Amino acid sequence: MSIELALFWFFAAIATGAAVGVISVRNSVHAALLLVLTFFSVACVWLLAKAEFLAIALVLVYVGAVMVLFLFVVMMLDIRTDIVREGFARYLPFAILVAVAMLVEMLALIGWRRMSGVEAPAVDPAAAAGVSHTEWIGQALFTDYLLPFEIAAVILTVAIIAAIALTLRPRKAGSKAQDPGRQVLVRKEDRLRVVKMPAERVESEGGR
Amino acid sequence: MNVNVGMADLMSLAPELFLLGAALSILMIDLFVSQQRRGLTHFLSLLALVLTAILTLRPHTEEIRVFGGMFVRDGAADLLKVAMLVTMAAVFVYAKPYLRDRGLFVGEFYVLALFGTLGMMLMASSANLLLLYLGLELLALSSYALVALNRDSSLSSEAAMKYFVLGALASGMLLYGMSMVYGATGSLDFGSIHGAASLAYENRNLLVLGVTFIVVGTAFKLGAAPFHMWLPDVYEGSPTAVTLFLASAPKIAAFAMAYRLLGDALGPMALEWQQMLAVLAVLSLAIGNLAAIMQTNLKRMLAYSTVSHIGFLLLGLASGTNDGFAASMFYAITYAIGAAAAFGLIILLARNGREADQIADFSGLNQRNPWYALLMLMVMASMAGVPIWVGFVAKLAVLKAAVGAGLLWLAIVGAVFAVIGAFYYLRVIKVMYFDPPADPEPFALPDDRPFRILLSINGLALLGLGIFAGPLWAWCLEVASR
Repeated sequence: MSIELALFWFFAAIATGAAVGVISVRNSVHAALLLVLTFFSVACVWLLAKAEFLAIALVLVYVGAVMVLFLFVVMMLDIRTDIVREGFARYLPFAILVAVAMLVEMLALIGWRRMSGVEAPAVDPAAAAGVSHTEWIGQALFTDYLLPFEIAAVILTVAIIAAIALTLRPRKAGSKAQDPGRQVLVRKEDRLRVVKMPAERVESEGGR
Repeated sequence: MNVNVGMADLMSLAPELFLLGAALSILMIDLFVSQQRRGLTHFLSLLALVLTAILTLRPHTEEIRVFGGMFVRDGAADLLKVAMLVTMAAVFVYAKPYLRDRGLFVGEFYVLALFGTLGMMLMASSANLLLLYLGLELLALSSYALVALNRDSSLSSEAAMKYFVLGALASGMLLYGMSMVYGATGSLDFGSIHGAASLAYENRNLLVLGVTFIVVGTAFKLGAAPFHMWLPDVYEGSPTAVTLFLASAPKIAAFAMAYRLLGDALGPMALEWQQMLAVLAVLSLAIGNLAAIMQTNLKRMLAYSTVSHIGFLLLGLASGTNDGFAASMFYAITYAIGAAAAFGLIILLARNGREADQIADFSGLNQRNPWYALLMLMVMASMAGVPIWVGFVAKLAVLKAAVGAGLLWLAIVGAVFAVIGAFYYLRVIKVMYFDPPADPEPFALPDDRPFRILLSINGLALLGLGIFAGPLWAWCLEVASR
């Protein structure tokens, strides 16, 4: 068994195990952390296949942005303040476990690079074309795969329309919301009324 | 491969591009239309469908492949697209009074349905796993949102949730199967997969596993037993206008998906998927027909009847011959037309915010309004497969195809269950004609004239297509021959 294959099995085992964990653990924060580990392991597999751009994009976009947002939401849902306060300490051991697993994966990857050198796999269209991976993906995305790319954009549009259609509710008729547009349009005549009154002398009654 | 997208590519895509532009324009225009004049959105949507159909029917010589062979425009794609567009137009016309009554007459219904139609058209034209999947997701995402459109109904929300989760599961299965097929053949292109699969091949087991998952995913989307669990709940829970949408055109799209995947891509694997489809067909026929007998809710009954009709459709696909594909295509198209009429009639009876989805709501319909009772009779007779109605022609075609492919036992099972299935359709007819009406007053017809005219045409079309089935059948046969 070559070292590459051994690494692949290692990463795949972690990814699968973590994915099973995502749907089986009861604690939602743990589930989110395991999902981070799953994404990271898959990114490692992609690096193994020399798809650097995709791997980095997965880590940046999913692990870096989406999952952090996810964790944020999950923690916000646990609204009781005492739990939020002790959350850091409580989740620390598990978070360290996930971090260590990631570190091991990274070290394994680096070690493999060191040992094997950086020759490209047998079928690497990017290397064959003599361009970098990112450039090659960009080329493919906007020429060969233009149609699927555009349809994916349409799907995202539908997702936005659906999300708005399902959540946006018009203001109820009786609500007392302010309309800044009308507020700034107000004129003096709308609010002020000058009342003419005849001057009157008030008799001071002095002390009684 | 290096693709330069030229004018020829875009011209072949003209119907889809037009529909996309129209959907986006309607989305924008609708924002500036007041609720009283929402009819404009309705009219523009119908116009978009009609113009798209005209663009689709532009004559072209032979099959055209553009975008590096991803998108195919052949006779089958044209026929299926036109059938989808026509049923979608009927859906819009039928849905209008229902939506208006319930405060659901919003532009989003039209826009989402148009995007769903775009997804269906892409499925019918796909020659690449990626494009097929994206078309499917476009349709599915629009459908989920449409089911949940009535946000204040807990039944609808539950149905949407169920549909979403099970739909995601089905997509996962399908993708898993596709990834295995890709792994085994090294290509996403249907032509290359076809070529690689026909060679004696070392990765055959992987390919068979992929085919299995693809069949499961397709069965989920079609609603074939034992993957039909979502169907009755979604049909019952959705607003009837949305059920009408789900029951009609997407069935043609699901057929298109099976046709492209199993025929175009995995044709050489026919020996494997034939057996799977045969099992699915028998289960669908049995479960659909037997469960439908027990239903008192008409929408649920029609949902189970859909399952049984999918069983017949699979019967044709399982034959794996050109005749079989043509018969299934004919079945899918005529079924969509019949389903549109059936749900149109349910909408007709649902007045003043009340649903008329119980079979009891139809009791004594003949005394209240003989014409619409007659139309319902036509729909039920067609679905039951009574001779001279189109349902009979369709059933006969798939049974003949099954016998022709040597699947005699399957054809016998199909015929037996067709007889069992006739029971619950005839029960509706009996309730309409021989039971005393619950409400002796003749019911108020909706004042929507296009709705009433189209419903009558639709009901009569089931009879007309049954008597003059020749041209449509010949068209199906012509386009399905490879």
